[in-house]
Amino acid sequence: MQSVRVIPCLDVDDGRVVKGVRFVDLFDAGDPVELATRYDEQGADELVFLDITASSDRRATMVDVVERTAEAVFIPLTVGGGVRAVGDARRLLRAGADKVGVNTAAVDRPALVAEIAEEFGRQCVVVAIDARRCSSEGAPPRWEVFTHGGRTATGLDVLAWAEQCVALGAGELLVTSMDRDGTRDGFDLELMAAISKRCDVPLVASGGVGSLAHLVEGATVGGVDAVLAASIFHLGEFTVAEAKAALAAAGVTVRPA
Amino acid sequence: MIAVLDYGIGNLRSAEKALCWLGADAKLVTDPGEAARSDGLVLPGVGAFGPAARALRERGLDEVVEEAASTGVPLLGICVGFQLLFEGSDEDPGEPGLGLLPGRVRPLPAGVKKPQMQWNQLHRPDGMASASGLWGEIPEASWVYFVHSFAPEITEDTVMTCEYGGPVAAAAERGSLWGTQFHPEKSGRVGLAILANFVRHVESHRRP
Repeated sequence: MQSVRVIPCLDVDDGRVVKGVRFVDLFDAGDPVELATRYDEQGADELVFLDITASSDRRATMVDVVERTAEAVFIPLTVGGGVRAVGDARRLLRAGADKVGVNTAAVDRPALVAEIAEEFGRQCVVVAIDARRCSSEGAPPRWEVFTHGGRTATGLDVLAWAEQCVALGAGELLVTSMDRDGTRDGFDLELMAAISKRCDVPLVASGGVGSLAHLVEGATVGGVDAVLAASIFHLGEFTVAEAKAALAAAGVTVRPA
Repeated sequence: MIAVLDYGIGNLRSAEKALCWLGADAKLVTDPGEAARSDGLVLPGVGAFGPAARALRERGLDEVVEEAASTGVPLLGICVGFQLLFEGSDEDPGEPGLGLLPGRVRPLPAGVKKPQMQWNQLHRPDGMASASGLWGEIPEASWVYFVHSFAPEITEDTVMTCEYGGPVAAAAERGSLWGTQFHPEKSGRVGLAILANFVRHVESHRRP
């Protein structure tokens, strides 16, 4: 049986949860450990922490956040942001993360994906891909990979890069549509379906959730294995339990909250 | 004391932290002598079978596990730590397992995504080994978290299965040896209840 996971995503800046719209305009959304505990109680299947701290000398803050979370919350935890070497992955895993997310550093040096997979197993490696639609209207859809928090175009085709990541050892893909992120217009379903069809590792959809119907579409139309959302949960509009109830009502198998 | 065997493979803190959260006296142990004096052992593990089996042997912890099995010290293997208790794995045919449980570790059935990285439901198959204290009060169809591409064969020691392209062994038991293919330390309330049962069992079988 395949079930769909519901994953709240916490963007963490210097030890605080923040949320931006279209990768900018950050606002404070609370203490990460407190939020993680609340989402666990609501029935979250997993948590993603994304460290968006700009200065690398504050990375130790994130390790502390991961440690404190792992002492209180007993569901899977993925941590991404600033993972540039096997040592960074090891530090986060030792602190209590179950998986590490790599993004920019994997594009800069794809061997990093293989190195982390080799050392800790591929189930530990999540490749996060920030995708922006680059085809003109009416043309067959194409998406380009962006890095550095969405600021840098790479020229890479998203589908080709996703396949390469799986070949290198990615155990999961976390794909964010930059066109949709923060817009509340729903996932880029075409993007998710295209990747889901091409890659046989679990796919987490991210970017654009504004309603519970969007989560349902992600699973039923996008064919993804997990749906990730941030602001609908952080702002208290919906609980994780409500999200799961909506999925179940639509016939999607979920672990009940 | 419960020794969580630390042989350098993956996230070992989770099991330790979950046991400590339950109030158990648990710690990560690298020294075989110290592990041999513990009241109970947890053998965690993620990643591939071969490197895990080699790492366990290089640190001399394989003998601690074998000794525990022969003297009846409670032992819980988790994920790859569970798989190591079997005779071997198709993942790394050249590297033998500990052979404490009969059977081999096989790939998950064809036609499903690998790894299975999700929550799935536990079932207690009819006619299989009766569920002992470790699984007590764990209701049929409870949800737990799996991350794996291989699983042990279903044998007479299997006490729980899940459905993933067919029935897959989720937990086994033989004497004082227990194992879960899923991660109890990452399975929320259900997982903590299983670990609490293990802690209680260890405490009632403490060395004099």
